[in-house]
Amino acid sequence: MADAIPLRARLAAKGLDGVTLLVLPAAALLLALFLYPFGYGLWLSFRPKDGSLLGNYARFFSDPFLYDTIFTTLALAVPVTIVNLLFAVPVAFRVRLMRHQRLLTTILVLPITLGTVLVAEGMLNYFGPQGWFTRALVSTGLFNASSIKLVHNYWGVFLSLLITGFPFTFLLTLSYVTGIDPGLEQAAATLGARAAERFRHVFLPLLVPGLAITFCLSFVQAYSVFPSAVLLGAPAGPTRVISIAAYQAAFEEYDYSLASAIAMIMGAVQLVVVVAVLALRNLFYRGPAAGAKG
Amino acid sequence: MTAVTLEAPPAVATGPSGLRSVGSRLWIVAVWSAVIFFIVNLLGIIAAVVTSSFATRWLRSWLPNDYTTRWYLSAWDEFQLHDVLLVTFQIVGAVVLLSGLLGVPAAYAMARRDFPGKKVMMLIFLLPLLVPPVTFGIPLATVLYQSGLGGTMAGVVLANLVPTVPFVILVMIPFIEQIDPRVEAAARVFGAGTFRMFVHVLLPLLMPGVLAALLLVLVRTIAMFELTFLTAGPSSQTLVVALYYAVFAAGVRAVQSIDAMAVVYMVTTLIWLVIALRFVNPTQMVTRSKRQSAH
Amino acid sequence: MSLLSSFKSLRLEGVSRDFGVVNALRDLTLEIKRGEFIALLGPSGCGKSTALNCIAGLLPTTRGQIMLDDKRIDTLPTEDRGFGMVFQNYALFPHMTVRANVGFGLKMRGVSKAEAAPRVEQAIRTVRLDTQAHKLPGHLSGGQQQRVAIARAIAIDPPLVLMDEPLSNLDAKLRLEMRQEIRRIHQSLGCITIYVTHDQDEALSLADRIVVLRDGTIRQVGAPEDLYARPAHLDVAEFMGFRTRIAGRVQAKDGNRVQLAVSGTTLDGVVQEALTGDAAIAAIRPDDLVPVAPDAHGIDGVVEAIEYRGRDFFGQARTKGGDELFFRSEQRLAPGASVRLGAEPHRVLVYPGA
Repeated sequence: MADAIPLRARLAAKGLDGVTLLVLPAAALLLALFLYPFGYGLWLSFRPKDGSLLGNYARFFSDPFLYDTIFTTLALAVPVTIVNLLFAVPVAFRVRLMRHQRLLTTILVLPITLGTVLVAEGMLNYFGPQGWFTRALVSTGLFNASSIKLVHNYWGVFLSLLITGFPFTFLLTLSYVTGIDPGLEQAAATLGARAAERFRHVFLPLLVPGLAITFCLSFVQAYSVFPSAVLLGAPAGPTRVISIAAYQAAFEEYDYSLASAIAMIMGAVQLVVVVAVLALRNLFYRGPAAGAKG
Repeated sequence: MTAVTLEAPPAVATGPSGLRSVGSRLWIVAVWSAVIFFIVNLLGIIAAVVTSSFATRWLRSWLPNDYTTRWYLSAWDEFQLHDVLLVTFQIVGAVVLLSGLLGVPAAYAMARRDFPGKKVMMLIFLLPLLVPPVTFGIPLATVLYQSGLGGTMAGVVLANLVPTVPFVILVMIPFIEQIDPRVEAAARVFGAGTFRMFVHVLLPLLMPGVLAALLLVLVRTIAMFELTFLTAGPSSQTLVVALYYAVFAAGVRAVQSIDAMAVVYMVTTLIWLVIALRFVNPTQMVTRSKRQSAH
Repeated sequence: MSLLSSFKSLRLEGVSRDFGVVNALRDLTLEIKRGEFIALLGPSGCGKSTALNCIAGLLPTTRGQIMLDDKRIDTLPTEDRGFGMVFQNYALFPHMTVRANVGFGLKMRGVSKAEAAPRVEQAIRTVRLDTQAHKLPGHLSGGQQQRVAIARAIAIDPPLVLMDEPLSNLDAKLRLEMRQEIRRIHQSLGCITIYVTHDQDEALSLADRIVVLRDGTIRQVGAPEDLYARPAHLDVAEFMGFRTRIAGRVQAKDGNRVQLAVSGTTLDGVVQEALTGDAAIAAIRPDDLVPVAPDAHGIDGVVEAIEYRGRDFFGQARTKGGDELFFRSEQRLAPGASVRLGAEPHRVLVYPGA
């Protein structure tokens, strides 16, 4: 009798009680609307219209109109992400020292909040042939109006990814940079390290794990570019990115099976890049960036 | 811009002497110039939309010939903004309410209990925030259309919940963790049952966090293009999707009319952004579970 | 509440908690009379906080009963037990003023505002916070928050006040002040106070009886004087500040008195716990071990460290055999110097050795 510990108490000892059940509704929602669709999409992608198992994948990788979208997307996403990151790190290091970061961060959060569609519409005005940017370039006398073409091509999409992507990359980087204990820099300075050396030997190693995550998140965002590729690019050719291909398969050809296959390929490519970057990250120091825990 | 002058005095962290070499001065100037160039262009993009929406005619000149407000009236009619706004607020309201109701209790359980499978659960909550909407939106839209929910408002709401519920959970977990569980124990010791503990102690303590999380959900849902675009039908379009179609079909309508709609969209988003920024730091729009500045 | 006027005692009968290897509790049996101040004393992880949480109902017990007179209370949920509790980090409701915090328990009991107000003011006056009553806890100092926590616990006139290391977050000076305050408040209320601490000074100065816990079991229960002078076991002695421990062999025995052979000399002492073989350990407080004349009887050692502590010096020496000696000295001795140390036989407590 003494050993008969009630089931309820045993479960509670494992952390399972009434409170734990509160997690169930949210978990059920994600199971039904995230995991299930993913699994279903994967299954559907192996049931193409022609009845074969790998028909969709075979079609995708044999049709340049489809498989080229991977390279088109990578050719946009990789350079943009690298530019954003290279730009974000030095800026974050300056902003870290600012006392009133809020004004700057508020301005930078605007394009994220407004979203790609509005930015695209604004860019059509601003970078268009009659836009302020083009006018300013022409008025410097260095450019010919007809030689400047910044929208409805690769550069339009590139710029839009820069404008919505940079703030995202920057704010993430800033949160990592400010997480580094400033005492470490002061310590390095007392030991005779100059600014560049402090960056190279102290900050960079501590920052690499955060930068890897930032790179992944920024890349994934750029890789799934959709509205701006349509509105600012040339969706039939140079900026036919993979999400356009998936969208067209689903909502123009009504081939959900092919669309699912493209979405799976899209997810797989992202996963490969993310895993590669995170694997690289493991070669570096991973631990607290604030010295000993205080 | 005033950004440069906002920099803290050198004593804070520029190293031992506070003296800077010419090289590092040039570097600082270069960095700030780039930031200013970026911001000028960003504001230029927004200003171009606003200016155009008030322009009578704007061709081959720096500024429009004259200004008018008539595009707003025509945009209101042409794009049926009344209906679109109504739908937008209904969808956004439902998403905010449901993500709060589902997300906050789940966050509470995640913050307060250690149970087997918690890590897996955490991963399930993280994935929808890491996988971009287009990637999971297409299979999700497929499922919704096959179940008859595609194109309906319910479908749009459900699709939008996929990233917002995890978002609320991830914002709330650190917030709940910093509330001392002994405060809840104290409420019980002093005679409060579960319900009264919740009403008198937990709810008031959670309120600031819930408010911040839900405001962020609100802003994000208004601006959520991909999921809504993939799941909405003609009668369940939100403002941002309607704007996309208008821009997509540019040439059918006057540019100024589209821009007027863009301004309406901008205003609806920015009002909430301004309110949200009273409660949260702008960095939280991106970093979700920013380290709560404990200690 | 009327409970206060009627109850006579609180009994813990074989209270156990089995879960989680750490912080378990085994067969805690104890009767506490009304008006008593009990200290649960022990190192961290000894089960003292578990015991307190079980009494409060914050942790379920696995076996045993808790009785308030004839009423079984361990089956009641926390909120129905009607005890007052002072938490380690105070656990004040941060969104309520001092007054609302103190009045919370009365409000939960459905006491009318008119009746509650004077009781709240009374409790606030008792802890001398009259001028701070309108403030939020975040605007108070640590000591003031502590007082609010106490006021909140006593405002409901509980039969039992539980205190979980309430002074551990205060600085040394404030701690002494609050000690007296807590004792004063306890005496003015006439309830039972159960006070958990790992600080033996606190327990000695506050409690009527001290319960020493280790690994979830009671090692000794007694008045502070008993515990201080006559710890029943070696681990209790260690905990009560008998820092010098010398292993030796029993050479002669006369009733309670024994002579041990230690480090090339002998040491006379009193047996505290029945010896099982001839291996024994002598335990001595630093204050009872002092330098003696070179020709007197004592243990030789080499001074390793010496520190000034106000009226005298606290020293540390080592015997040739490697035993550490902690002693008191009137003079500053140089590290490295030889010293002979002696103690009154009745101050040397002998326990069974390994």
